[in-house]
Amino acid sequence: MSLLTLRDLAATLRNRPVFSNVSLTIDEGELVGLIGPNGAGKTTLMRAALGLLPRQSGQSSLAALSTAERARAVAWMPQAREIAWPIPVERLVALGRLPYLPLSGKIPAEDRAKIDAAIAHLGLEAFRTRAASRLSGGEQARALIARAIAQDTPLLMADEPIAGLDPAHQIATMQVFADLAATGRSTLVSLHDLGLAARHCTRLILLAEGGILADGPPQDVLTDALLARAFGVTAWHQHTPSGPVFQPLEVL
Amino acid sequence: MARRAAACISVSVRPSKLISLLAALVLSSAAAWADAPRRVVSLNLCTDQLAMLLAAPGQLKSVSYISRDKRASAMTAEAAHFPINHGGAEEIYLLNPDLVLAGTYSSRATVNMLRRLGIPVHIMAPALTLDAIPERISEIGRVLGRDATAAKIRAQFESDLAELRKIDGPRPRAAIYNANGWTPGENSLPGQILKTAGFTNVATQAGFAYGGEMPLELLIMAQPDLIVSAPAYDGHSRAEDILDHPALRALTGTATGESVADNTWICGTPHVLDAVRRLAKARRALLAKAD
Amino acid sequence: MRLFLILFALVAALFALSLTIGPARTGPLDSLAALFVGGDGPLPMVMREIRLPRALLAALVGGGLGMAGAALQGYLRNPLAEPGLIGVSGSAALGAVLALQAGLTATASLGLPLAALLGAVIGVFLVIGLAGARGGSLTLILAGIAISALASALTSLVLNLSPNPFAANDIVFWMMGSLADRSMTHFWLALPFVAVGGILLASTARGLDALTLGEDAAETLGLSLTRLRLLVVLGTAAIVGGATAVAGAIGFVGLVVPHILRPFVGAQPSRLLWASALGGAALLLIADISVRVILPDRDLKLGVVTALIGAPLFLHLIFKTRRELP
Repeated sequence: MSLLTLRDLAATLRNRPVFSNVSLTIDEGELVGLIGPNGAGKTTLMRAALGLLPRQSGQSSLAALSTAERARAVAWMPQAREIAWPIPVERLVALGRLPYLPLSGKIPAEDRAKIDAAIAHLGLEAFRTRAASRLSGGEQARALIARAIAQDTPLLMADEPIAGLDPAHQIATMQVFADLAATGRSTLVSLHDLGLAARHCTRLILLAEGGILADGPPQDVLTDALLARAFGVTAWHQHTPSGPVFQPLEVL
Repeated sequence: MARRAAACISVSVRPSKLISLLAALVLSSAAAWADAPRRVVSLNLCTDQLAMLLAAPGQLKSVSYISRDKRASAMTAEAAHFPINHGGAEEIYLLNPDLVLAGTYSSRATVNMLRRLGIPVHIMAPALTLDAIPERISEIGRVLGRDATAAKIRAQFESDLAELRKIDGPRPRAAIYNANGWTPGENSLPGQILKTAGFTNVATQAGFAYGGEMPLELLIMAQPDLIVSAPAYDGHSRAEDILDHPALRALTGTATGESVADNTWICGTPHVLDAVRRLAKARRALLAKAD
Repeated sequence: MRLFLILFALVAALFALSLTIGPARTGPLDSLAALFVGGDGPLPMVMREIRLPRALLAALVGGGLGMAGAALQGYLRNPLAEPGLIGVSGSAALGAVLALQAGLTATASLGLPLAALLGAVIGVFLVIGLAGARGGSLTLILAGIAISALASALTSLVLNLSPNPFAANDIVFWMMGSLADRSMTHFWLALPFVAVGGILLASTARGLDALTLGEDAAETLGLSLTRLRLLVVLGTAAIVGGATAVAGAIGFVGLVVPHILRPFVGAQPSRLLWASALGGAALLLIADISVRVILPDRDLKLGVVTALIGAPLFLHLIFKTRRELP
């Protein structure tokens, strides 16, 4: 079953067309990396897929849903890591359960379990009662990922979730997404670290030149020709005994 | 100099003591008139009214604009015959006065400016008691050079007041209650009027000797026999809301609705006696009802 | 839950204290007996018609303003947002003054709170429109200053133009607020507006929580931002309109109370709503008790006391906000 279907999606921002003719489908169990140079429209594409843009055309299966249905179909972690108030991490993560909670506001046991699982998954137990807005940037990012995971939706969309994280947490976070994929859920993440994209994603979508330049397994997308065209860089890319290794080398 | 001349005449002509005295009086007042200001401008509501009562025709050149305001002035009809001023130094100076009448609370800046410009300014203190009113009448009569008129009006006022003071019988308890709960005490002109009309002032009992903003609940606790208020002004003010408070309306055993307009007792003029008469009538009605 | 009980007990105690304080020095027990049982003499009337409405209004107005402050802060995600500071109360006062001077209230007593509500709605829309939904501190305060200044200037103008000589003195009341000598009529007039506003704001609890994560995240948590904005605007306007119509513009309650209580509710906007309602009631009762204890003979305005407490806190918050800027 497809979790997201885009057909001929196009978006304009401030009268400037960002991209057009974007069609794609995300199925269960995928970890999709959305890559592309700065300004290619990765964030805009994700927000358009969610139906959050005021001016967009084409079809998105998520944008067609009501807000309440959409809240159970997809979780979204915006790039801006907003935590307006110093609320404890566990309450922040619990916000992910908002679409499911009864009106009384009491958190039922099963929801409580999902919150605990998300906290454990991101290794945040030690921060449970700490004020989220006073954590370091990386810790905040993990708390927000835990919040999105607690929403427990078939699809998770995250805008640069690993930017600013240390290497261990970058790898651990990608592993969290891979774990989700293993349970049949899918993740669409935008990211700039092509090395991590190559190693962890099951599929990459390259957004450039106002549309999708390539869409497929990492080795098919991270080709010398496409890298030169989209990013203007050369790269070293090899399958090694410890998995695929990708390293951009120099600017063309 | 004129005065001394009059004295000389009274000595030189001696048909009889009486005649000489009369002549002295006539001549001295004529002499005073010769010395009197000819272009008088008044800046203050209370000096306006006394000046209008006392001035010779043509002597008073301008009164304050407030004296034409029905709410404050008891002499609006008279004030209509005089040009009005708004109390600004420039405006006053251009009227070219040889005497300016002002009140204690007139703008200091204006008064000082006028004095610097060489214009004599007479400042009258407000009358806070009924007994101060004759003094004020004489005071303004003197500065206007109208002692004779002042003496006549003063005598009339004093005899009227003495007549009104002849009351006996019980003194019902009353309060004058106005916007913001303002209640004049015994040592204020309205308080004196209330007393002269034969009432005991509740404000005095509540500790407001000079007056003040008496909280509504003190008024209710005092349960006066009569509450006197000023009639409501046009438009709305939150300050007057208190006079419509349900607690006031619910006071049983208290006569309300008696009103004395502010213009009768803002200033110490003979018009305050109208207020005394009115309240005395209210007292008689109250006592008749009690019987 | 414990916080709820503590605040509730505090409000109840202050309410009882407020009933026993007044210029007529009567014993607290006699006063309360006169209130509940009645009896002879004027005391039952003083208790029921003067002190009871005063205490009820303090709790109602304070509770409403506290809640409105918490809701505005939650919606704008800015601890400096407060109905008084951003000109909403001032706009409500202008609406009320216009209705009073135009004589609207003579034809319909609801005209007064309705006009104040209308003024408040315009004020909130202007502020949110000028400052943007995610109100940056600077734009929010600038917009608030502009609207406050305009509203108070127009209020003064209307009162100065009034044929009533006391109207100009009322400027202080409309700018600073007072509960002196209000009656049950005023309480019944304000109650429906504050209650409806309270219900509207209570229904924003979940939305305000979600908004902690920003608008995008909140929207994908199933929240309608348009609906939320409408609820916040109307709820705040109803409360501020109802409260200001009878008590004048009382500032700083909506700033001080959420700020003090935020740490006790884990900074969660939804829990801060009801906590601030109780806290606001307590603060205004304290303020109204203080004005009667400190200067019993003068009608010291409530806004003076709340500003004395609130203004230093406001400065502290501005300083803190500045420090947190990059």
